[in-house]
Amino acid sequence: MTFINQLANPTRFMALSSGLLPWIAGLSGILFIVGFYGAFFSAPADYQQGETIRIMYIHVPAAWLAMFFYSLMTISAIGALVWRHPLAEVAQKAAAPIGASFALICLLTGALWGRPMWGTYWVWDARLTSMLVLLLIYLAIMALWRTIDEPTQAGRAVSILTLVGFINIPIIKFSVDWWNTLHQPASVFRMNGPTIHPSMLWPLLVCAVAFSLFAVALHLVAMRTEIMRRRIRTLTILAADRAEQPGATPGMMARGPAE
Amino acid sequence: MTALGPHAFFIIGSYLATFAVIAALTIWIIADNRARKRELARLDHRQHGADRP
Repeated sequence: MTFINQLANPTRFMALSSGLLPWIAGLSGILFIVGFYGAFFSAPADYQQGETIRIMYIHVPAAWLAMFFYSLMTISAIGALVWRHPLAEVAQKAAAPIGASFALICLLTGALWGRPMWGTYWVWDARLTSMLVLLLIYLAIMALWRTIDEPTQAGRAVSILTLVGFINIPIIKFSVDWWNTLHQPASVFRMNGPTIHPSMLWPLLVCAVAFSLFAVALHLVAMRTEIMRRRIRTLTILAADRAEQPGATPGMMARGPAE
Repeated sequence: MTALGPHAFFIIGSYLATFAVIAALTIWIIADNRARKRELARLDHRQHGADRP
């Protein structure tokens, strides 16, 4: 808990993230090479889906990350609403475009996988529709952030919308069990273990870790940017206030957490 | 390199679409970061400039 409290301090976060970023990005790059080597040169074609199974190595991690970043935003929303933690709002805002991008990748690759396998790019079934709804929720959240100028007010409104939208996450996960769908059921995270052959499973897991580390690196950069944006806003407001006071100098402005 | 068969268009298209989205996101995030860094440096510089007698 002490570590989390220390990490949640913006100044400490800036210092720690600065040191971690090159390592996370570098490790992600190495794992991408290993994962894609496994996906294209080691893993066999599927006995039913043939070579189109290669799409799985980007489609599945994208789907996981789209749901992961929304869950992260939900936890941050609770942190922002309950504990009023400034870094929770920052983490929440920085996560939205990243989660939206992975939802978009999931939908695009799913459509390109669906055409040769199902004979159609799109069908309004539960899994595909709920993933589209997730993308729309992400876009609504990003729009709401831009609609309200004051970051704390925007954070509160976005947190409530995020919490309401979280209902869609279990719907995505269990849609293949609750309704008849063209989409295959869960084949990795199952009670009885994965149904994928190990020769296909290991490249999938390596690609998933590579994508995850890359997304975390982007999230850290986006969080650092948001901290700077808030410091710029504070400095600008203080400078404007000071300019209105006679005889005051802008050099008296408070210093914030950014580097 | 494994032969991608008759569905190569869909496989390559998937990877290209993924690359395009990831590249756009990365460029946007890094460009935004650099712009805010420059803006902050300019504000700090102005503040320090005003501090000097």
